[in-house]
Amino acid sequence: MGSFPATRHSVVAGIASPDIQTRRVAFDALVSAYWRPVYKYVRIKWRRDGEDAADLTQEFFARAFEKGSLGRFEPARARFRTFLRLCLDGFVANEIKARGRLKRGGDVSFVPLDFAAAEHEISTHPAAPGVGMASLTGHDEDDLFRQEWVRGLFADAVAALRASCEATGKTTQFAVFQRYDLDDTADVRPTYSQLASELAIPVTQVTNYLAFARRELRRLVLERLRSLCATDEEFRLEARELLGADPTSRPA
Amino acid sequence: MNALSDAALRRLRDAADEPDLTGTKYEIVGRIGQGGMGTVYRARDRELGREIALKVIRLPEGAPDIAARMMREARTLALLEHPGIVPIHDVGTLVDGRVFYAMKLVRGAPLHELPTTGVPERLGIVERVCEAVAFAHAHGVIHRDLKPQNVMVGEFGEVLVMDWGVAKVVGDATASLGVGSVPRTDEHPEPTTGHGVVLGTPGYMAPEQAAGDPSLVDARADVYAIGALLRDLCTGIPDAARPDGSGEVPRPLRAIIRRAMAPDPRDRYADVTALAQDVAAFRAGDRVTSYNENLFERGRRLAVRHSTPILLVLAYLLMRLTFLAVFGR
Repeated sequence: MGSFPATRHSVVAGIASPDIQTRRVAFDALVSAYWRPVYKYVRIKWRRDGEDAADLTQEFFARAFEKGSLGRFEPARARFRTFLRLCLDGFVANEIKARGRLKRGGDVSFVPLDFAAAEHEISTHPAAPGVGMASLTGHDEDDLFRQEWVRGLFADAVAALRASCEATGKTTQFAVFQRYDLDDTADVRPTYSQLASELAIPVTQVTNYLAFARRELRRLVLERLRSLCATDEEFRLEARELLGADPTSRPA
Repeated sequence: MNALSDAALRRLRDAADEPDLTGTKYEIVGRIGQGGMGTVYRARDRELGREIALKVIRLPEGAPDIAARMMREARTLALLEHPGIVPIHDVGTLVDGRVFYAMKLVRGAPLHELPTTGVPERLGIVERVCEAVAFAHAHGVIHRDLKPQNVMVGEFGEVLVMDWGVAKVVGDATASLGVGSVPRTDEHPEPTTGHGVVLGTPGYMAPEQAAGDPSLVDARADVYAIGALLRDLCTGIPDAARPDGSGEVPRPLRAIIRRAMAPDPRDRYADVTALAQDVAAFRAGDRVTSYNENLFERGRRLAVRHSTPILLVLAYLLMRLTFLAVFGR
């Protein structure tokens, strides 16, 4: 099992740490990965308006940090992602019931959250053109939470890949990857030879650069995924669902 | 951090699991689907300028065993040169350690996605499958996973049997073909399929195969699976796009299906050729060996079989009678 990514500390372990600094760092990572699915889930499932959903999202994380509720996760009972969503459901239900009686709480703040961008994504979601995600109901909400979590995971990995390529002078590698895998503006993907002439590199280099970028992306995704899972088993399950693959079977 | 669109996210998820083709002459065009052990991609051969199907091992647990199986499948396929068996062009190992093989890209549809066709056409497909499988059997290869998804019908009506990943090689396949090395005894031996390990697909798997004892499985397991294929084609494959209800299955055809799918292998057709002969006989309006027809059924079958000469004789007789009635002679 030696190929597990080990560079990022486990976020799930970190949020249960007695050390406030460790807990703080873990919560920042947790919020980065989960704020978008949490916000959209509250907007859609609980039918709260944008402002309310933003408040509830911030408050959920703040309360969880203060009370350490997410640190009480038991890996044997569920995946962490499921546990977090159930905690969120409980929190929002209680919050709505207690509205007016309790002080809206928490003065803890985490990484900056771009609720306006998330709101734009809701209104332009392709699942429901014209009316946006607000029309999603029932089972879609669970899928939505997972899909947004996956989206965040990949977006974070792509950002890390871009930064790493820029830092190491591999901008052409990233450009190949961006044009072939990331760019969804064209209906049809460019061929390798089109990319080669566009970027003035041999066709074989397109294959190599693409392979490099994908390998790195995969590594970064798995690294992030590992940090968001509580156990090796949960990591394997998530990786298999996410990439259709066992993360332990390919050399890193 | 910009949010990714759904389309970009889909591409990235696929890309993160795409094989590393560095050092090969192939480039991925798209994903076709996932088979028993691997993912099949549409790829472009840059040297020959043609599109091919590239099967790459999925990332499973126990990879060495599966990799050996893939390599074996490729070699098995390479030995089976038949118009009904998808030809293989290339085999190798990628830099990321995964095994791949390149094969002909079949443009068409798997059996379960075929638009509804007439009974004779469907029976013709079964006969083509039987021919390909009989060829494989003659060379000591048992498919063990025949099902609608593994039979492709090409644009010009050609029928190809796909996915030989769980095929069993009995005896010396290469010796019977007079070529190359023996697949079971070289560096890519048949992975051991022990007791309790079930390979195949429920609904198409013979009972002895489902029991998980590989020593009991012989060519008659493929007879059973083709019987199931025939059943699907005659009754309508349960599919959202093509619901059940293709009409009543004629008794002789039902008898063929029943015999092919007999629980005891000894009660089945001895081989797929015998099955194909019965299917062809039914298609031609001849007597099938699996069905004892009564006198009335025989008369009706012969009437249908020889309808043209019978109609001509009747027309002649009617004309003579009319002549007699009108002219009295």
